[in-house]
Amino acid sequence: MPNLEHPVYPAATLLHLESLVPCRESQVSMLLSIFGERQQFSFPSIFIYGHTSSGKTYVMQTLLNTLQLPHVFVNCVEYFTSRLLLEEILSQLQNCSSETEQTSHVPCETFNDFVRLFKQAVASQELKDQTLYIVLDRAEQLREMEANILPAFLRLQELTDRNVTVVLLSEIVWELFRPNTGCFEPFTLYFPDYSIGHLQKILSQNHPPEYSADFYAAYINILLGVFYMVCRDLKELQHLAALNFSKYCEPVVRGEANERDTRKLWKNIEPHLKKAMQTVYLREVSSSQWERLQCDNGEPGQLKGLSAHTHVELPYYSKFLLIAAYLASYNPVRTDKRFFLKHHGKIRKTNFMKKHEKTSNHLLGPKPFPLDRLLAILYSIVDNRVAPTANIFSQVS
Amino acid sequence: AHDFGERNNDSEDAELRFVTCQALWNEIKWETEKIQENLNKQLFDNLVNFLRRSHSESQEKTTKWTCRMKSREIPTAALVLGVNVTDHDLTFRSLSEVLQNNITPYIALLEAKDCPGIKNLMQKLMGQLMNCYVDVDSLEDEDYVQVSQNRIRCSMTSLINWYESVTKRMALKKTETPSKKRTSSSRHWQCPPVVVIFKDMESFTTKVLQDFIVISSQHIHELPLVLIFGIATSPMIIHSLLPHSVSSLLCIELFQSLSCKEHLSTIIEKLLLTAQLPFKLGEKVLQVLINIFLYHDFSVQNFIKGFQLCIVEHFYSQPLSVLCCKLVDAKKRVNSLSHDQCENIRRLPSFRRYVESQVSEKQIALLTADDFLKEVIQKLLEDLHVYHENYVSVLRCLHVFTSSLPKYPLGKQIRELHCACLENRVWETEEYESSPPPPPFVLIPLMLNKSDLVTMLQQCVEIFVSSSGKEFGKTVEELKEFLTQFQKLEAEAFQERDVSVSSQKELQKKTDLYHLQKTLLELKESRRSKKLTKFEMLRFEVVDYIDSLVRKYLVPADHKTLHEIVYFNTASVLRGHLNAAPRIALHTALNNPYCYLKNQALKGDGGSISNKAPDICIVYKLHLECGRLINLVDWLEAFSTVVMAVEGPDAASSDQVDDIIHARFIRAVSELELLGFIKPSKQKTDHVARLTWGGC
Repeated sequence: MPNLEHPVYPAATLLHLESLVPCRESQVSMLLSIFGERQQFSFPSIFIYGHTSSGKTYVMQTLLNTLQLPHVFVNCVEYFTSRLLLEEILSQLQNCSSETEQTSHVPCETFNDFVRLFKQAVASQELKDQTLYIVLDRAEQLREMEANILPAFLRLQELTDRNVTVVLLSEIVWELFRPNTGCFEPFTLYFPDYSIGHLQKILSQNHPPEYSADFYAAYINILLGVFYMVCRDLKELQHLAALNFSKYCEPVVRGEANERDTRKLWKNIEPHLKKAMQTVYLREVSSSQWERLQCDNGEPGQLKGLSAHTHVELPYYSKFLLIAAYLASYNPVRTDKRFFLKHHGKIRKTNFMKKHEKTSNHLLGPKPFPLDRLLAILYSIVDNRVAPTANIFSQVS
Repeated sequence: AHDFGERNNDSEDAELRFVTCQALWNEIKWETEKIQENLNKQLFDNLVNFLRRSHSESQEKTTKWTCRMKSREIPTAALVLGVNVTDHDLTFRSLSEVLQNNITPYIALLEAKDCPGIKNLMQKLMGQLMNCYVDVDSLEDEDYVQVSQNRIRCSMTSLINWYESVTKRMALKKTETPSKKRTSSSRHWQCPPVVVIFKDMESFTTKVLQDFIVISSQHIHELPLVLIFGIATSPMIIHSLLPHSVSSLLCIELFQSLSCKEHLSTIIEKLLLTAQLPFKLGEKVLQVLINIFLYHDFSVQNFIKGFQLCIVEHFYSQPLSVLCCKLVDAKKRVNSLSHDQCENIRRLPSFRRYVESQVSEKQIALLTADDFLKEVIQKLLEDLHVYHENYVSVLRCLHVFTSSLPKYPLGKQIRELHCACLENRVWETEEYESSPPPPPFVLIPLMLNKSDLVTMLQQCVEIFVSSSGKEFGKTVEELKEFLTQFQKLEAEAFQERDVSVSSQKELQKKTDLYHLQKTLLELKESRRSKKLTKFEMLRFEVVDYIDSLVRKYLVPADHKTLHEIVYFNTASVLRGHLNAAPRIALHTALNNPYCYLKNQALKGDGGSISNKAPDICIVYKLHLECGRLINLVDWLEAFSTVVMAVEGPDAASSDQVDDIIHARFIRAVSELELLGFIKPSKQKTDHVARLTWGGC
């Protein structure tokens, strides 16, 4: 049964780890075997990818924390410039090595500086004989920084000559990362999506203390039945589960049904969940509003969603300007005379015209048009005379 | 803008006028701000509640299971403000003021134009937050300097560090001096949220918004952040701007501000339809302002600005506007009028009309004796004031009736009715007469049943009772009389029903078929005609009475003597200022330079091209005669012909074009190019293409 085996770590820790990362045992054991023992040099860079909320960040974090490996964890979206990123890594490094000594902030402009400072930071501490892990979450942001950042991180071990491993977490595949100039190929590891069984298992794991695990598992089963079609995001599902659970428990609290009476409970919750799918899931109604609604037991009809207020009031000329712009962008120029002049003569029925008109102009998308044409159309569709005033021009721009 | 003293060369009480103008404007400004505050109060209260709720919950019960399980969303208020973007600034300013007083000192207002990238956004955000610390001691001032020095390093971590230190300091201070800080602690609690307001959410780039939301959602536990999105169009924009993965991080609640049309109606009601403010707008001017509002921008702010312009213009251009103030002051000022000012009054058309209607001795007295004139003016001013007082209440009363008319021939809003009344005698207009056929108003009551009419009358009574006019005691009584008559009618109707019931009982006794038929017919007749006619007669009386009121009180203002003093009526000036037409202005400037240059030599050139005009005008006029492509050589030829016209035909006909003229021509052409009339063409080398009026 124990999937995780490793000579260094005690079996108890591994078992605990296993319980924390359900359905990811194989990936974890793979990682462990790559990491090797504490002092051993590991693979210079590892690239982990998988779809949204397939547990990449969570697995890495729990793994490094439970095994108490020295690590630095940085989100690349948050530190949006290379400078911020490098400085953040260094300051975290300082913190994780020595709690007491509060060193001041070190400026670090380039990667060259970073390598130098990094060496200092590592050399001064007891980190020397352990592998240091630098985890870069949402690594796709690295591509937008300076061109040297990504390749340099990939071979940080070589550059610094220290025992360090860089782990990149991303939602997109490695092929999209690879720079034109070529670089060191990291070890890639794929985290597959959770299957419905996995989701069920993970979600039921965190059951509220007041209720039994079975009861909660039944609830999760119903929830997945409704939402699995539209949403496989674990986080979102967890959120939804928490939001709607109180409603599910209502009959039990009132004493109308006991915990085993699943059929009754199902009947109670199902329409409610469907409503939730139309509103909360799409964020038409915010979750706090939804909760309040549950407390009041009111009808959701009275709570208008965001899209209910689609009506926009516009000033008179603005309306016509919009219409004119629409007409100008979708009608071909040669039809203008036919549509907007009062005496345009007879419409000649020509066959060659029909051929192209078959495909709707809407499929081709809007076309650019000159400003004069827009104004001319505007003057012809507004009933009374329009003075070409600055107000109109400013609205055009 | 108020540089009266210098600009005014006819020093007729210029100083006093300036002072009056400013006082009036201040009053109006104060009034409008009050209105705005009242209108926004509801919205702001809701927002404040939302903000209170948003983070208090999470702070209290973090240990509970549901809270642990739920992913923390960023509380977000979507504030739908309507398309009148120019008004938003003021709303946001007052909003942040309100929040500062009630919720949190940490507010950042972000605008899209300042934040092209996430870096700029963070910089801006931190700059605003770190400076907005409210109660600053000297000790913290030093911290400030430090903070602003290394502000370059702006990331979320430093923001969080700053927040922690600030809240800790606040907490410390509270424990140190609990008595002193009582007030502030009641306003802001332990960890006040940080409010970030995105003024114009639509114009932010998607990436910046997404990144910011993602970043801040990761730190929501440490930094209680609340976002406020200012939305001009529709809330759907949030979904179209943000992908689901990002919008799922937000907990959005919607707040809708009052529509700007309603705002305008209140403003008009409070500013124009009162006798309080001495200054009035003429019909045309009001129409211009309202049209700009409805047709162009929906901006209440611009409306008020236009109103301000009217005031300034009025006080600037009308020397008699000294008298445009409170009645008491005006009377005093009349006494101290100079002779020139008296002459000014005599020159007023409305006053002349008044003089002509008097007997001849009085005419002479009015035109010669200043003292007598002043007396009369005082009386007239008082009349005008009373007229305004009456006017407003009768107008409201009429509005009660007309607003229920089908198809609203006189307008739905009271401002439309107001315009109609100002324009000319309202009872002579086509709408007034035609909407109800021959006798005015007949149709309205025909549409109405009794209860509606009664409620209308009651409304009118209320209006008159609340109005300040003194003459309405009688009116109120008469209206009440109508009401009692209606009630009586109702009572009679009851009685009649009783009668009919009794007759039905009689009917049951009778067995004769013929009699039965007869009585039934009688009953029917009486039921239909008698009751209705009685009601109808009363209805006609009411209508006639209202009609008489209208005729008496809703006389257009320009029929009143001395209306020029308080009414501003030069709409063309206003239109020129507010509704600028750059193309037309440019055309007139180039076509008729006298209009702007005021040089006598340029005056009066009809169709011909004068050689005294500036070069650019000549070139422009010549280019108007050309087609789409203009040959430069021909153009130059024509130009030199025009310029050389003075020097006689022989000089002009010479082939050689003077170098100076050549240079002048080139300069003028390049000026035209700069103005966007022509551009160099690629089709032919020595040609330029015309861009306007039939150009390409």
